[in-house]
Amino acid sequence: MKNKILPFSVIIIFGIIFVFFYKGLEDSKIYTPDVNTTKEIPVFNTKEFFSGENVKSSSIFELDKVYLLNIWSSWCVPCRQEHPLLTKLNLENKVNIIGINYKDNLKNAENFLKELGNPYKEIFIDLDGTISIEWGAYGVPESFLIYNNKIIKKYIGPLNQELVDEINLLIK
Amino acid sequence: MKFFKFFLIVIILFPLIIVNAEENDKRNKITKNLRCLICQGQSVYDSDSEFANSLKIVVDKKLKEGLSEDQIYEYFKIKYGEWILYDPGLNKNTYILWLLPILIFLIGGAIIYKSFIVKK
Repeated sequence: MKNKILPFSVIIIFGIIFVFFYKGLEDSKIYTPDVNTTKEIPVFNTKEFFSGENVKSSSIFELDKVYLLNIWSSWCVPCRQEHPLLTKLNLENKVNIIGINYKDNLKNAENFLKELGNPYKEIFIDLDGTISIEWGAYGVPESFLIYNNKIIKKYIGPLNQELVDEINLLIK
Repeated sequence: MKFFKFFLIVIILFPLIIVNAEENDKRNKITKNLRCLICQGQSVYDSDSEFANSLKIVVDKKLKEGLSEDQIYEYFKIKYGEWILYDPGLNKNTYILWLLPILIFLIGGAIIYKSFIVKK
């Protein structure tokens, strides 16, 4: 009897481990960041894009207004793609679009805006990328939907028509 | 006299070098334990991407502000989630990861004990 318990328990234990790993196979191996959690917006100091004045983050966002914070750069090709959508969103006037210029040459950034238009209500400079890290961003382009000083939703990568529709639904 | 001056300079500079080296060591240790999220299988320390370079600056800043290593990990965990740490802590999502090796080790030990030592 004793001799039977040992192999039996070994089989059961290996069975359990097998089930664990087999379930693990079905999980996605591509890391997907959490985009739905609501987080407080970070505190940071920055400079205004056109005037170069120092700005505190607390003075940017007002309560009870919807903001779309967009991290962009003139050297980023997908930013060019999403730019017309931002312009369109701005014309509809439902959301205040705030820009953060990421690791950019200011001359190039100005030319970018001249060429494609400026949908941003305000633009701030992030020369060394640290402000974007404060926001928990991965790179450019990235957009954050903000309401009452909270991040409601995060869009990693360029916006497309589908996502713009989603934003319109969320801010209704 | 010359020797004395040289000696004095060395004495003054030496602590500075040590402090600097210590800070660099700490920074390297921290960035080696942070995953570069947009790279494949690289730590922030190894990577030269825009993301990793900005992160290094932030780590430097936080060290200068006087945050401890654990506080910096906690800060990045809040921003980016557990995944950014190469060395995850023990919590309800990771307990299997931590306990399974110990469990297997104990079971293995029990089998060896039963079949070899008790039989003797």
